[in-house]
Amino acid sequence: MTHVRISDDAIARACGADELAAAFESAGCTVDRVSSYGMHWLEPLVDIDGIGFGPACADDVADILAGSSPKSIGRIADHPFLARQTRLTFARAGRTRPMSLEDYAATGGWSGLSRARTLTPAQVVADVTASGLRGRGGAGFPAGIKWKTVLEAPGEAKFIVCNADEGDSGTFADRMIMEGDPFQLIEGMAIAAHATGAGQGFIYVRSEYPDAIAKLNRAIALSADIVAPFSLEVRVGAGAYVCGEETSLLNSLEGKRGEVRAKPPLPALEGLFGCPTVVNNVLTLAAVPHILSEGGAERYAQLGIDRSKGTMPIQLAGNIRHGGLFETAFGITLNELVHDIGGGTTSGRPVKAVQVGGPLGAYLHPDQFDLPFDYEAYTVADALIGHGGVTVFDDTADMGAMARFAFEFCAVESCGKCTPCRIGSTRGVELIDRIRSGGATAADAVERLPQMHNARKSNRSRPEELALLEDLCETMQFGSLCALGGFTPYPVRSALKHWPEDFGQ
Amino acid sequence: MQKANLAEIIDAHAGRKGALLPILHDIQAAFGCIDANAEAAVAKALNLSRAEVHGVVSFYHDFKPAHDPRPVVELCRAEACKARGVESIAAAAETEAGERVNLKAVYCLGLCSVGPNARTGDRLHSRLDEASLLNLVRSA
Repeated sequence: MTHVRISDDAIARACGADELAAAFESAGCTVDRVSSYGMHWLEPLVDIDGIGFGPACADDVADILAGSSPKSIGRIADHPFLARQTRLTFARAGRTRPMSLEDYAATGGWSGLSRARTLTPAQVVADVTASGLRGRGGAGFPAGIKWKTVLEAPGEAKFIVCNADEGDSGTFADRMIMEGDPFQLIEGMAIAAHATGAGQGFIYVRSEYPDAIAKLNRAIALSADIVAPFSLEVRVGAGAYVCGEETSLLNSLEGKRGEVRAKPPLPALEGLFGCPTVVNNVLTLAAVPHILSEGGAERYAQLGIDRSKGTMPIQLAGNIRHGGLFETAFGITLNELVHDIGGGTTSGRPVKAVQVGGPLGAYLHPDQFDLPFDYEAYTVADALIGHGGVTVFDDTADMGAMARFAFEFCAVESCGKCTPCRIGSTRGVELIDRIRSGGATAADAVERLPQMHNARKSNRSRPEELALLEDLCETMQFGSLCALGGFTPYPVRSALKHWPEDFGQ
Repeated sequence: MQKANLAEIIDAHAGRKGALLPILHDIQAAFGCIDANAEAAVAKALNLSRAEVHGVVSFYHDFKPAHDPRPVVELCRAEACKARGVESIAAAAETEAGERVNLKAVYCLGLCSVGPNARTGDRLHSRLDEASLLNLVRSA
């Protein structure tokens, strides 16, 4: 009987993996549902004894079983897309059944936690610090320092909070870990708990990820005895991008509006319910089991460049031929990512722009594609690595429209607490509309009293409007309480800088 | 809203830390909305003011003040799906949806390498073109 492996990751399912699995079962095969290799252009990918076929549909089943399918890609492990990666966090991707404790243990699972439990909390913190691991959620803050603060903070109770509110367009690595390797995340959280003295943990998942929520709940139940006395719970967001910001997330977990808190106090000192709290992203916590395994911290620190250590799961998205999950050491360039690995655009047209780091990240021009993937190098270039999303646009993209969308998105998702973000985002949409239309827009037709101090909405010259836009961006960047308002100027300014022709004349 | 059901939902979460969001999720799932009655009941149970509960309900996109019986198709309109052409097929889908289907914009379903993407219930749909999107709206 032929044994078939097909991913049950949300991407594979959205591309028809369930129907494909059913077709193989009706053809008399046994089917295992595994995690995704992350080669998304090949999903659903069929794995028979290590040989891959994709993207496959029910019509291909007979050919595949007969050994005559033109969709064969040969040995999956030898595929150049996989062979070029350094997979630590995603080492199990495509190889294990997500809900199988057996598979997890057989692939080195729980070895990091076992070793951590032979160490003192301070020793675990020292290991994480030595690895150079920085927060993978976007801010890039050293994880060891955060953990040390929580370890040393006085408090009756301490918490580990996993930020799984992955709202950035162009990112899906958190979702893939939660769906494909949830025990790794649980193990990372249990290690964090041991290192800081926390008894309870929460995984805050966005409601847009129902598959991840269901699998996490099952995985938590299955592994409860292993991680005890640490206990874990999933909490579901309710549709608010800003809850990806750590203090908004904490407010939301407490059952409040997801408004940003002013810092200080740091969440490490006064976080969830006022207690010392580690707030780390999924990828950060999922990197920890490897680091805590024997010699892991040293191996991790040897990868990467400068102060960006270890590997980054990069998400190749948008208009890219070979889109998917590419984990590699820091230092890789966009040229390699987009052209060599990604194979250029799906549409076959020239690349116009790449947005790195989600909706709040800058649009990079092909002239900048030699920039090494490194936190500091990106900062110098007025750009962000963020959560590692790389979204490719071809030459049909209208960058003026994308700049407008950046403001529009900020206006929809602003928590409203600070004025630059709440009002600035709406003003930004109006400004870009006026700049692109060369003056007054339909919105200006609203009847206004001449004595209103801001009555003059139009009739500014283009340089005056552009200066106003610059002023607005400055105000939002430095006056906003969190990254939503503070970073929205990145996509706007970069679009205007590199593609002024898309903003009208 | 039926008081008995409301009370059951609220009781099921009693004693949980930060119980408000889980309670509101369950109410939204059971009734399709969180109306003034529900807000009042929750406020009383959690010893909060109605204003506080209303502030939370109105903050999140997932919670609705009134039930909308129309079928929902959530179409991603965020950057990665825009890069893959969602804007060029959205207008036709809007026309097809008309008043019958609630065609909602969402910002990211986490399938950014295989867009344009949409969601109906808990089912995800990738690699949409105009024909498959129109089909989705029609059969919603």
